[in-house]
Amino acid sequence: MGTATMADIDLKKIDLKKKLKKKGHSQEIWRRFKKNRTAMVGMFIFVFILLVMIFADAIVSYDTAVTQKISNRFIPPGSAGHLFGTDNFGRDILARIVHGSRNSLLMGIGAVVIGIVIGGLLGSIAGFYGGGIDSFIVRTMDTVMCIPLMLLVLSIVAALGASLVNVLIAMMIANVPHYIRIVRAAVLSVAGQDYIEAARACGTPNFLIILKHVIPNAIGPIIVQATMAVGTMIIHAAGISFLGMGIQPPTPEWGAMLNEAKNYMVDYPYTVIFPGLSIGLTALSLNLMGDGLRDALDPKLRD
Amino acid sequence: MARYVFKRVLMLVPMLLIVIFIVSFIMNLTPSDPGTLILGERATKDAIQELNDRLGYNDPFFIRYVRYVSRALRGDLGNSWKNGAPVIQEIVRRFPATLTLAVGAIVIGLTIGMTLGILSAVKQYSALDVAGTAFAMALASFPGFWIGMMLIILFALKLRWLPSFGVGSMKHYILPWFTTSCSFGASMLRMTRTSMLESIRMDYIRTARAKGQTEKLVILRHALRNALLPVVTILGMSFGGLLGGTVTIETVFSIPGVGSLVIEAIRMKDVPVVVGATVTLATCFTLLMLVVDILYAFIDPRIRARYIRH
Repeated sequence: MGTATMADIDLKKIDLKKKLKKKGHSQEIWRRFKKNRTAMVGMFIFVFILLVMIFADAIVSYDTAVTQKISNRFIPPGSAGHLFGTDNFGRDILARIVHGSRNSLLMGIGAVVIGIVIGGLLGSIAGFYGGGIDSFIVRTMDTVMCIPLMLLVLSIVAALGASLVNVLIAMMIANVPHYIRIVRAAVLSVAGQDYIEAARACGTPNFLIILKHVIPNAIGPIIVQATMAVGTMIIHAAGISFLGMGIQPPTPEWGAMLNEAKNYMVDYPYTVIFPGLSIGLTALSLNLMGDGLRDALDPKLRD
Repeated sequence: MARYVFKRVLMLVPMLLIVIFIVSFIMNLTPSDPGTLILGERATKDAIQELNDRLGYNDPFFIRYVRYVSRALRGDLGNSWKNGAPVIQEIVRRFPATLTLAVGAIVIGLTIGMTLGILSAVKQYSALDVAGTAFAMALASFPGFWIGMMLIILFALKLRWLPSFGVGSMKHYILPWFTTSCSFGASMLRMTRTSMLESIRMDYIRTARAKGQTEKLVILRHALRNALLPVVTILGMSFGGLLGGTVTIETVFSIPGVGSLVIEAIRMKDVPVVVGATVTLATCFTLLMLVVDILYAFIDPRIRARYIRH
């Protein structure tokens, strides 16, 4: 009984130490991130956009974003009640941007998260085991990457039909090779380390080594790449909707708004300016954050 | 070296087979068949069925795949389901516009991006460095097609300096070139800068300076040459990517290129055109990557040495 308690206390101590150490590490990263002014600006912009997305319904009702009122068409920006003006159907552009943020961000974040999970699984298997599996996965993925990304996405959308979910699936499929590459490189950089060897010597099963040692140590660069990839995906998703292959009208989405407005941009440039600015600002904030995160994770990289 | 090139060329064969397989497989899932497209929606079911049979569309996927590959080897990418014209002919007709767009954009992006990248690295933390990197990041964050729209509004509609669409003359290409070069130039700047910063800190730069070489020679001959490797990779990949990735920009400027051919074909569910054009672009991409690999050997004597020994 007595020894059991001792062991318990010992375990608790070790646990506490581990927690402290982990906390210390992430706090150190946060401290470095906070010092980076541009990264903080990026974070504030992104948090703002996230808040707009979450509270879209509280800011302006969804009906305002989709209800057509021809008598209101092309009210210039800055008018009472229509800060960004109205579009060719008399819909408030600001309301459409606010509600469009949901679809645009959902596609960007969704494609990256699912892609990272699948790519992470295959990439860590390839990087960790090496040999035949590795070269098979890498060769296949290199081949897929030869197909122009946009065309691959568009043909998958054509096969599945144009909808938000299908665009998401298409972007995920087309992007998995990139994530496999990123994860594999990150895993390779830690696979040869001594602590992996030590874990192996202790007889730890491979999947536990991957889960407990490889992933935590390789996750840094993956997070950086993922942050920036969300921005790229938002731009791609906008491009697909712009071509009329993605989200269908009247659902508000930034790329689809550009598609609808492109015929009127000659006389009413603001109809294309604001949706584009939203896409750009979102991607920019993510890029700034990614850059700052990279510097914070690895101060050596700075110079 | 010749053996290495030969081996790499040989590796193209399985790659292209897989590419054709993937693209055909995806397009096979598309709800479309040649009979309906050629005869129209109003044709009788029997007539459609008969035409599909005659064209071999009802054969199993694998047989059609083998047939496609063996025809493709002879330069026949099939006929369009929409107008019956040979796919290869349409691609050849459209390719010059895409190539002009890509080459011009590469030249502009390379010149501006690399020059600014080198200057930023040499004068790190200077006003030029900060402004250049910030500008590059902003450019890379906005969708290319939107930048194109903004350029059209400014230069074609407000100032009336340049035409806004079409490909009548070289003047028509100026706005598309700059639009396309934006994101490429931005990534060029960042890549050159990072790579140069790394190579400037190497011992051989100190050696070169210690020898008393002029700063200009140190930068151009020693630092830049060693920094070129990753830059060439990005260059090759971007060029390949630009051939197929400018669909949205081709749409904005109404450029009749291969990218817009694919999107038109996808809209009409004209499967042979989609497969043919996509495979052609993928082939261009793989060939460019091959050229990049061979260029490595020319730039870096260390890599060349590895192949000459064999």
